[in-house]
Amino acid sequence: MTELPARDEADIAEAIASAAAKGTPLEISGGATRLSLGRPVQAGQRLSTRALSGISLYEPGALTLVVRAGTPMAEVDAALAAEGQMLPFEPMDHRALLVSTGQPTIGGAVAIAASGPRRLQKGACRDSMIGIRLIDGLGQVISNGGRVMKNVTGYDLVKLMAGSWGTLGVLTEISFKLLPAPQTTAVLLYDGLDDETAVQAMSDALGSSADVAGAAHFPVEIDGDPVTMIRLEGLEGSVAHRTKALVDHLGAYGQARIVTDPEVAAAGWRAVRDAEPFAARDGAVWRVSVKPTDGPGLVSALKASGIAKAAFFDWAGGLIWLLTDDAGDGGAAAVRAEVAPRGGHATLVRAHAPVRNSVDVFQPEPAPLARISAGLREKFDPKGILNPGRMTA
Amino acid sequence: MEMPVPNAAILDRRDRIVERLIEILGPDGVISAPEEVKAYECDALTAYRCPPLAAVLPRSTEEVAEVVRYCNDEGVPIVPRGAGTSLAGGSLPTADSILLGVARLNDVLETDYPNRVIRVQTGMTNLSVTGAVADDGFFYAPDPSSQLACAIAGNIAMNSGGAHCLKYGVTTNNLLGVKLVTAQGEIVEIGGAHLDAPGYDLLGLICGSEGQLGVVTEATLRILATPEGARPVLMGFDNSETAGACVSDIIKSGVIPVAIEFMDRHVIHASEAHAGAGYPLDVEALLIVEVEGSDAEIEEQLTTVKAIAQSHNPMVLRESTSEAESAAIWLGRKSAFGAMGQLGDYICLDGTVPVSKLPEVLRRTGELSQKYGLKVGNVFHAGDGNMHPLIIFDANKPGDLELAEELGADILRLCVEVGGCLTGEHGVGVEKRDLMEHQYSAADLEAQMDVKDVFDPGWIFNPAKVFPLGVSAARRG
Repeated sequence: MTELPARDEADIAEAIASAAAKGTPLEISGGATRLSLGRPVQAGQRLSTRALSGISLYEPGALTLVVRAGTPMAEVDAALAAEGQMLPFEPMDHRALLVSTGQPTIGGAVAIAASGPRRLQKGACRDSMIGIRLIDGLGQVISNGGRVMKNVTGYDLVKLMAGSWGTLGVLTEISFKLLPAPQTTAVLLYDGLDDETAVQAMSDALGSSADVAGAAHFPVEIDGDPVTMIRLEGLEGSVAHRTKALVDHLGAYGQARIVTDPEVAAAGWRAVRDAEPFAARDGAVWRVSVKPTDGPGLVSALKASGIAKAAFFDWAGGLIWLLTDDAGDGGAAAVRAEVAPRGGHATLVRAHAPVRNSVDVFQPEPAPLARISAGLREKFDPKGILNPGRMTA
Repeated sequence: MEMPVPNAAILDRRDRIVERLIEILGPDGVISAPEEVKAYECDALTAYRCPPLAAVLPRSTEEVAEVVRYCNDEGVPIVPRGAGTSLAGGSLPTADSILLGVARLNDVLETDYPNRVIRVQTGMTNLSVTGAVADDGFFYAPDPSSQLACAIAGNIAMNSGGAHCLKYGVTTNNLLGVKLVTAQGEIVEIGGAHLDAPGYDLLGLICGSEGQLGVVTEATLRILATPEGARPVLMGFDNSETAGACVSDIIKSGVIPVAIEFMDRHVIHASEAHAGAGYPLDVEALLIVEVEGSDAEIEEQLTTVKAIAQSHNPMVLRESTSEAESAAIWLGRKSAFGAMGQLGDYICLDGTVPVSKLPEVLRRTGELSQKYGLKVGNVFHAGDGNMHPLIIFDANKPGDLELAEELGADILRLCVEVGGCLTGEHGVGVEKRDLMEHQYSAADLEAQMDVKDVFDPGWIFNPAKVFPLGVSAARRG
């Protein structure tokens, strides 16, 4: 596939305008670490935002960052860490799971609305976004939102762009509200809980005033012994206080092991965030989002029918990672049949291209919503040249 | 304020339209007598009034859907209304519109503590949502000042904020799902108790769309465990630059207060005269900084906050030591708008500016105030830069309202100029509609109107709001 040269936003706009005039479909990429996610794009040319790199504005005293879309995540993280701040939504790095190389970009994280374990407490990727600039499918620059964290001026296209997978426009710049990075982290580990009990424990924790910043559960097939992880973050004294209170509150679930070593804690949550348990295992990988208490029932049904080979839970049970056979429909029909009565959705995150080509990678929408989504796509990309096929056939 | 010329063909069909609405809703669901529709002629932006053709008060989502389907087929505009507390004229009717109120949709449908959500009908007031879960140790975080009266429907339409959004975010960050009646009268569910969207984030688009994309009849809201306690500290400074620098340093320190409120001299004096909260009268700027948690956690955070305040040489630094003192510190702030109202009629703006620009904007607002000869008080959420300049004028003095509006427009243009926006939490409505071109380019507005085209091809929902009339003329037909 040929890659179109693009040094800056003007180049991107020109490339798209020219592609629109010719009706040439484009595959849109940032750091190209997630190109095997979603349905295979039908395009002969690639347009990358990689050259749009760098921080445009960073005001630590206003918790505000404006950054060009092609900026590597690592660069963003380092700049924020230097001021003791962070992007709170903990975006997943897909390289291990998808066996890709290169540098994930901030624009890529936004395009797929990557939200990790801290979503439970501090919100999703879209919740941290306060402004965007994008080039639509005709090559026009559109901006929405701005650089202030409270802004209801006009419609919120910022959130629409989070999770639009490059099909509504090519993001060139994004503004975020930031948070202070936690001074201290403590993780409570509970051993041996079955899925139901683990979700109950996590729910109890979240229902307390402990201000939980992450709650995940690895069943027996992941690590040899089931382990339930509950994360607390914040100022040192506060974390110590809440740890003690939460240990007491969850006494019925057994003796907690407490991890305070920052590196050990970070490695554990990285494993959850990046779906590391499935990185080295063959099979298709699904990401299922349901109401937390529906998680265990869904998993046990799919295990009983032999569809799910393994599973683990983030978001207190509401985010389920499933390993299925990477053949046939990859388990699509069975997974979606279990999601349907519960509400929620399932996305096929990893599978061979033929599987991804033959099933709905994203949850099919009910007719009125599908009509609206198609209508939005028609408006933002009337020629259908941006990532055609990525989300729907 | 220019409003579109009412559609004569609709006005001519008035009786038939009312008759059909009564068929759908029954006689007690339709208000059409001229003296009765007058009750719906305005919201909290009382300077502008126009009774609707009729008002309807459906009792179910199905009834809403049937009304919308009928109006859409007939091309009759619908103005959705929550509790009518909009300060931006978000539910100002047009003479040819049906005002659709959700006041009778006010039930809790489900409280689900294990999943920390509550599902409600959107006519419920903001405070009653917290009221429904408070005894069980939970609360709904967004807390607009009008929370006693304002409805969830309006909160969703305007993406309302509040004093505590520095820590908890605004409505959109706490809304997980809606039941929406589309322009075609379909009933659709978007989102739910799960935490993210399957594809395009339509929920994020609907929240803050000012009732122009559909009618939201039910909402799934995130509820949170109530913190153990909260404690404010009061700081007074001899100039607002220092107060602004103090805010910035607190934010940088790693402490996230639940609220950082700012009051200038005008507001301090008015509040004190009104509420007698014991505020110092010799300061130029007052900050209320509140933190939450257990006693130990509050102590830890306030130690940092007080040290930062000390480094800025405050004239007053007073930490609450009791419930009563906390209440007194908040009393003045909470009565600020009422107190300013004693000085005359006022317009309340709500532009947001980057926190680093607060001192500059306060200074230049003062200059504008002098230029126009109208008093402006400033009381606002400093942590997020959401300003609330209150322009005092005399509604009985010819030309004074217009003068106040011109000053307001100048202040909002200033907010945009320094990198901020026209409205942080009140919404555009009719009030800021004609300033939109100062913030957005033609292509930016076109993209937003494209979205409306998709949801509401006939442009029947909430006419004449958000987009300047000239900009939307071709679409409105």
